[in-house]
Amino acid sequence: MIEFDDVSVTYAGLSRPTLANVDLRIDEGELCLVVGRTGSGKSTLLRAVNGLVPHFTGGLLSGRVRVDGRDTRTHRPRDLADVVGLVGQDPMDGFVTDVVEDELAYGMESLGLPPSVMRKRVEETLDLLGLSELRERPLATLSGGQQQRVAIGSVLTTHPRVLVLDEPTSALDPQAAEEVLAALTRLVHDLGLTVVLAEHRLERVLQYADRVVYLPGGGARVVDGDPAEVMEVSDLAPPVVELAKVAGWAPPPLSVRDARRRAGGLRDRLEGLRVARSGDAADQVARSGRVEAPQHSQNPPLDEVLGRVKDLVVSYRGVPALRGIDLSLCTGEVMALMGRNGAGKSSLLKALVGLVRPASGAVDVGGHDPARTKPADLIRVVGLVPQEPGDLLYADSVAAECAMADKDAGVPDGTCRELFDRLAPGVPADRHPRDLSEGQRLTLALAVVLTARPPLVLLDEPTRGLDYTAKRRLVSVLRELAAAGHGVVLATHDVELVAEVAHRVVVLGDGEVVADGPAADVVVASPAFAPQVAKVLSPLPWLTVEDVRTALETAS
Amino acid sequence: MRPVHLPSYSRGLHPGAWWLWAIGLAAAASRTTNPVILALVLVVSGLVVAARRSDAPWGNAYAAFLKLALLIIAIRIVLQAVLSSGAQGVTVLFTLPEVPLPEFFAGLKLGGVVTAEAVLRAFYEGLQLATIICAVGAANALASARRLLRCVPAALYEVGVATVVALTFAPQLVSDAARVRAAHRLRGQSGTGLRALSRTVMPVLEGALDRSVELAAAMDSRGYGRTTDSSRVDRRMTAVLTFGGLLGVCVGVYGLLDASASPLLGMPSLLLGAVLAAGGLALGGRRTRRTRYRPDPWALPEWLVAGSGLVAAAGLFVTGALDPGVLHLPGPLVVPPVPWLPVLAVLVGLLPAVAAPAPPRSVRPSVRSPQPDKEEVAA
Repeated sequence: MIEFDDVSVTYAGLSRPTLANVDLRIDEGELCLVVGRTGSGKSTLLRAVNGLVPHFTGGLLSGRVRVDGRDTRTHRPRDLADVVGLVGQDPMDGFVTDVVEDELAYGMESLGLPPSVMRKRVEETLDLLGLSELRERPLATLSGGQQQRVAIGSVLTTHPRVLVLDEPTSALDPQAAEEVLAALTRLVHDLGLTVVLAEHRLERVLQYADRVVYLPGGGARVVDGDPAEVMEVSDLAPPVVELAKVAGWAPPPLSVRDARRRAGGLRDRLEGLRVARSGDAADQVARSGRVEAPQHSQNPPLDEVLGRVKDLVVSYRGVPALRGIDLSLCTGEVMALMGRNGAGKSSLLKALVGLVRPASGAVDVGGHDPARTKPADLIRVVGLVPQEPGDLLYADSVAAECAMADKDAGVPDGTCRELFDRLAPGVPADRHPRDLSEGQRLTLALAVVLTARPPLVLLDEPTRGLDYTAKRRLVSVLRELAAAGHGVVLATHDVELVAEVAHRVVVLGDGEVVADGPAADVVVASPAFAPQVAKVLSPLPWLTVEDVRTALETAS
Repeated sequence: MRPVHLPSYSRGLHPGAWWLWAIGLAAAASRTTNPVILALVLVVSGLVVAARRSDAPWGNAYAAFLKLALLIIAIRIVLQAVLSSGAQGVTVLFTLPEVPLPEFFAGLKLGGVVTAEAVLRAFYEGLQLATIICAVGAANALASARRLLRCVPAALYEVGVATVVALTFAPQLVSDAARVRAAHRLRGQSGTGLRALSRTVMPVLEGALDRSVELAAAMDSRGYGRTTDSSRVDRRMTAVLTFGGLLGVCVGVYGLLDASASPLLGMPSLLLGAVLAAGGLALGGRRTRRTRYRPDPWALPEWLVAGSGLVAAAGLFVTGALDPGVLHLPGPLVVPPVPWLPVLAVLVGLLPAVAAPAPPRSVRPSVRSPQPDKEEVAA
C-alpha cells in the first residue's frame, strides 16, 4: 500500500538529511507505529506519505514514495486526498469549519461528491466513531478526545485507504486516549484501513501495532519489522518492555496481558523478597523506604506547610470548576493531581498562582493570598510552568531569556543561566527558544520559574510531547527539587510519571477531591491510573521498573 | 406543505434572510434622524434578537454591539460638547473653560459654551449610527457568519474560505493573548505598558502564523483546490466581471442610500453591477466542481423575514420621497413628530419574532462528563 524506495529528505538550510535512505513497505490493513525521539524525523516520514513533504514544506526529497500506486512526485497532497487521510497533532489546528457535521463533509465537498453520497457517508461516519450525539455541536466546545475523533472522521469520509496520524493521543487523558484508540483499532479490523501513526506514549499503542518503524535519528538506518523484534533494539520502550529486559524475557511482551502471563515467576520471586524483607530488622525497613516499596516514594517529613487551600470554589460564568477543595502542600513533597480533562486540575493550579479568583474559600500560599499579591512578590512564593511552556518565553535567545528572568526576579546576573545549565547542560546560549526541543523548552521554562526561588513549584501537564529520554531527565530534576525542600505539584495524565516521582496523589473528579493519599495506594487502587508495572505485578505493590530492578539487585 | 415552510418547524433560518432583514433595518435607520423612529428600530432589532437567537456562542453578540453603540453615542456627545461653537444654538447649557488655539486652527475651538442644540444634534446623529450598528449586531447574533459564508457563490469560494479562516483566528488570537498575559503574571510582571504589549504581540503572532501554516497543510491534504482547473483567460474574465460587478453594486447602493447623491448614480449602476456580477459568478461557478453538503433551504419563513426588513426600508424611502420633513427635524429642540407610515413600516420589522422558526435548542453540552461518549464507543 505504501512504498518508500531509498527516500532521503533534506530541508533547505540544513546540512544533514532529516530522513536518510528509508526503504519501507507497509501492506494493506496494517497498523504501523512509527517510533523515535523528538526530532528524529517522525513527522517528516508521516508527511511524506501524502506528499506534504516536499510539496508543502519544501526541501529536497530523493527516492520515491508511492501510495496505492500513486507517486507523490507527480501527485500533490490534494490529489491524494481520496487515498490518504492525514490527522495532525492538534486537531483544532486542522479544522476548517466550525460544526462537527460540516467538518465531516468538508473533504467530500472538495472532491465534488454528489450530495446524496455525502449525506450517507456523514451518517455512517457519525455512527462509526460514536459522534452522532455531537453532530451539531461547535467544534470548539468538544473535549480533546471528541475533537480527535472528529478529526479522524473528517478524513475518513473521503474513504481513504490509508490513515496517517501524528501523535493522536499525546494530549489526551487516559480515558479519551482509549476512545480514540478503540476507534482506530475498529477501523483497522472492520474496514481493513492501513493506519500509520507516530506516538510518544508507547505504552498506549504498542499492543495494537502490527509493525513498528524505529527512527534512531541522526542519519542512522531505520529499523522496521515485528514490534517485539524492533523493541529489542529500540532505546525508546514502554515500561512492559523495560520490565522484560530486567526480568530477562525474550522476545519482550507488548501488552500488560502478555507480560502478566509470563510474570508468574517474577511475582513469586518478588513476593519472596518482600516476605523476607518484612521479617527483617526495622533498620532495613527504614532503609528501603516503605516496607515493600522503593526509596523515592518514602513519605517526606510533613513539617512545613507551603500552601493551603480551604473550601475553595472556582467558577467560570457561574459553572463551578472546583467545588470546595481542601488541601495542604508541604515541603519536599511531590504531589500529583490527576483526573480527566475538565476535572479542575488546571483551575486548582491557576487558583494557587492567582490567575483565577476564588468564588469562595481561601487560598494561602506562604502567607499570601495569590489573587491579591503583586506578581513581582508572588513569584518568590510560588511558580507555575504552564501547559504550553513556550508561553513563558519571549526573548529571541536562551541567553536573553535567562537575563530577563534574572531581572524579573531581581537576582544576580547568571542565576537563571546557571540553573538551566544544571538542568539541561550543553544548550548553546544563542539558540532561539522556539528551536529548542520540547524537553529543553520545558526545562528552560522551569529554570525561569525557579530563578526567583519559589518554595512551591507547580507544573501543568509537563510530559506532553516529551519522549522517554526527556521524561527520564524530568523525573530526576523533579526528585532533585523535592530533595532540596521544594514542594512540587504536577497536574498530569501520565500515570508512569506519577508512579516514578509522586509521593502523594490527589484525584479530582467533577471539581471535588475523589481520592487523596500516598501514590502507591491511590494509583494501584484504580485500574485507570495504575502504571503498567503495577498492572503486571498486581497485587504486589511495585510501581516502576526501577523499583523492581533495585529490588532484584539488592537480593542478588 | 413541506415542513420547511412552516414557521413552527424548528430549524436554523437561512443566514441570508437574517442579513437581508438586518440590512433593511439599517437602511431604514440611515434615512432618518428622527429619534422616535430610530428608537423604534433599535427596539425592534432587540426584540427579535431576544425572541429568536440561538444558544450558540454567537448568540450573545448583540450585547457587545449594544455596548459599542452606547459608547459611540457618548463619544459623539462629549466631542460635540468640547468642540461646539456658539453658532450651533442659543440655549446655553453650561460654559467650559476655553482653550485658546493658534491662528492655524481657525474655525476650531476647544471648550467654551455648550448649547442644548449642539448636544441634542450630536445625540440624534450618534443614535442613528448606533441604530445601524445594532442592526448589524442583530444579524450577527441571529445568523452564524460562517453559515452565511457557506452560501457564497462558487466563484467567490476562495474569498469565502479566507474569511472563514480569519473568523476562526480572531477569537483564537484573543484567547492566545489572554494566555500570554497570564504567563507574564507568572514571570512577575504586572503586564501594563508598552514593553508588556510588545512581549504579548510577538508570541501571539508567532502562534497565529504557526497555526495558519498547519491549517493550510490540513486543507491541502483534504483536497482543497483540487477541482478547480481552468484556463487563465477564464479566470481573468471571471475576476474582472465579478469585481467590476461588485464595484457597480457598491456604487449603486451608496447612490441609493445617500439621499443627496444624483439619482443617476443609484439604480442604474446597481442594476448594471448586478448583471456584471451575476455573469462573473456564473462563469466562475462553471469552473469548480465542488459540491455542497446540506445547503440551507430558502422557504416561506425566509421570504417573510427578508421581506419584513425590506418593507421597513421601503417605508422610510417612500416617506423620504413624499414628506422628508418628518424624517429630519427642522431643529434639535422641537418635539419629534411621529409619522404613521415609517412607524408602521418599522413595526413590520417585528414580524421575524413570530414568522421565523425557533432555532433548535441544542442539548446543553455537559463539558464535565464525557462518559456517555465513551459508552458509545464501547458499544
